[in-house]
Amino acid sequence: MHGRIRTWGPGALVLLPTVLLLGYFVYGLIAWTFNTSLTDKHNARPVPTDYVGFENYANLFGEDRFLNSLKNLGVLTVAFIVGTLIFGLLWALLLEKGVTGEGLFRSIFLFPMAISMIASGVVWGWLLNPSQGDDARGLNRLFDIMGLNFLENPWWTAGNRWTTMASIALPAVWQLSGYIMALFLAGFRGIPGELREAARVDGASEFKLYRYVLFPQLSPIALSALIILGHMSLKLFDLIYAITGPNQFRTEVPSVYMWNTLLRSDMAKASAIAIVLLAVVAVLVIPYVAYTVRQESEE
Amino acid sequence: MRGGWSKTFAVVGAVGLLAVSACGNSDDSGGGGDAAASKDVTVFTWWADGGEKAGLDGLVSVFNTECKDYKFVNSAVAGGAGSNAKQVLANDLQAKKPPSTFQAHAGAELGDYIKNAQVDDVSDLYKEFGLDKAFPQSLLDNLTVDGKIYSVPVNVHRANVVWANPAVLKKANIDGTKAPASVDAWIADMEKLKAAGVKAPLATSKGFAEEMVMEAVLLAELGPDKFTGLWNGKTDMAGADVTAALEKFKKVLTFSNADREAVDWPDALQYVNKGQSAYTLMGDWVAAQQLSDKVPDTAYTYWPAPGTAGTFQFLADSFTLPTGGQSPEGAKCWLKAAGSAEGQKAFNTKKGSIPARSDAVATDYPKYQQAAMADWKANKIVPSCAHGAACTLGQNDSILSAMGQFSSGLDVATLQKALVAAAKPN
Repeated sequence: MHGRIRTWGPGALVLLPTVLLLGYFVYGLIAWTFNTSLTDKHNARPVPTDYVGFENYANLFGEDRFLNSLKNLGVLTVAFIVGTLIFGLLWALLLEKGVTGEGLFRSIFLFPMAISMIASGVVWGWLLNPSQGDDARGLNRLFDIMGLNFLENPWWTAGNRWTTMASIALPAVWQLSGYIMALFLAGFRGIPGELREAARVDGASEFKLYRYVLFPQLSPIALSALIILGHMSLKLFDLIYAITGPNQFRTEVPSVYMWNTLLRSDMAKASAIAIVLLAVVAVLVIPYVAYTVRQESEE
Repeated sequence: MRGGWSKTFAVVGAVGLLAVSACGNSDDSGGGGDAAASKDVTVFTWWADGGEKAGLDGLVSVFNTECKDYKFVNSAVAGGAGSNAKQVLANDLQAKKPPSTFQAHAGAELGDYIKNAQVDDVSDLYKEFGLDKAFPQSLLDNLTVDGKIYSVPVNVHRANVVWANPAVLKKANIDGTKAPASVDAWIADMEKLKAAGVKAPLATSKGFAEEMVMEAVLLAELGPDKFTGLWNGKTDMAGADVTAALEKFKKVLTFSNADREAVDWPDALQYVNKGQSAYTLMGDWVAAQQLSDKVPDTAYTYWPAPGTAGTFQFLADSFTLPTGGQSPEGAKCWLKAAGSAEGQKAFNTKKGSIPARSDAVATDYPKYQQAAMADWKANKIVPSCAHGAACTLGQNDSILSAMGQFSSGLDVATLQKALVAAAKPN
């Protein structure tokens, strides 16, 4: 008995505070939020509330504003993930092929990540000014000066959902591509040189080398990149808040809508939005966790 | 050894619990219950810098002389027209740790706090301090909810003001000193300006600025009584006259800058100052902004929004007496200072607003404010929804959302539907 406690005791002791804090602040509060989402607590009044089951959820999914925010979120996530993966992979490939001053480029690409979303959001808010032609400002002005007038566009103030949300995704792509580049670059560097040599000896072209030897080995990294980007996109709040302000129907996503709902003290509805958001994140994260756990147990 | 383990467990467990409870109370800002602390009067505002902070400082100096027994504790939360502050306040109220007094827009925006039983009736204080005589009756009417008043206004702002650049108007041979008589006349002037080469005659900005333009057009087209009725259910928001007014609003919006969704009201004001636009419609805090930007009086002109002359669309900042707040006697002394002639003078000469009291001496104030004070006495007073005098936070949130949707598609039917839903008392 003494011996056993000696083996697991210290470890348990170290973990205990974390387990307690996590249990209370994460899982306890999720349970509390879910509980609130089932009640009719639509104000801050200290009156007893009744359980209304899933009525709040039914109302949400019958509401134009919420459905609009969900669609916006979907488009934002696709634009953000695709954009970041493309740029991240492209930069990693270029660096991997070897350039002089690689360290400098690595830093330049990684720097945007050091800036907080809210700060870069303020700046991108100016850059994405929709004025065109003679009044152009921000990026449009830059295009105007460089004679690339066909690139000028109204950014997120266009009526079209894809243009709108892709414009919002643009700063996020700029900010996280460097991170994805670092992930892929580490992946490339982790592949032993013998593999490349062997492929070249076998007469593989550069294209075939990447297609059949290198890329397949990067798929676990691509998967983690996908998960990281996906859940970041779903939680994106500060960037949108900074660029468009809190009450912008065109760019509203569930997290912003939840903030607006909380401001009007509609606790039950805000909780319901939070739970929907959690469910969406879970859809993305749980398969990944399951996959990693299986991988680890196989090793 | 076993005893040693259980002791260690107990200690670690206790530390863990302490950490939990410490985090749980982290937003407990100075709400101590000891005797010394009860003299503290925590005043919650979103006046953290600029003219607003200067105004608050002025009011504090009056409080310090009038209420020597108490100590002022600044509990201001900066940012975004109070949106951060309102979130913090909501948490504090929810946790039953209200400040001694907090800032809130007078009128319907208080409705949430009243409904939630978070503020006390201060009608008695009005009699005690003589405020029922000092404030104009129409303001008192706007403040009264079911026969009770819940806050003391410290200032008044006017929402329905158009600021114009006379030099730009001259290009189209328009007399800048007089307001167009109606919205139609205004639209005609904007056509002329456009023909004279001014691309965006009206400069406006996102969210509440567009909402203010809509309110001004509704006010002009419906008249003050029907307009006020929109917000208390006496006028049908779904009516045909509202539709007609919204069509005119749509027309007005087509004369505005293309980047209206991407800029804030000071940017819109700069378009007017620089001569890129002829007009901007904004509350009278513009006067304070022009003063601090050192724009000379002669470079701009102002009048009530077209068709709304004789009507003063107001919003007011006010202080409340939260239920169960600390040091209620001190808070009452703060309210007294805020409502007093000296307090209002100290506050408003610095913030650039006008006093709510009708007995203020006009010559203490700059030029724009003198004109506004005369109007405040003579005009019919109507509330503004964009600034919480006519709407609750929730209603305004719905309307702002609808404004954003309208700005891209300009679909009047959808806008009106959203307005009808928002205007329903909730």
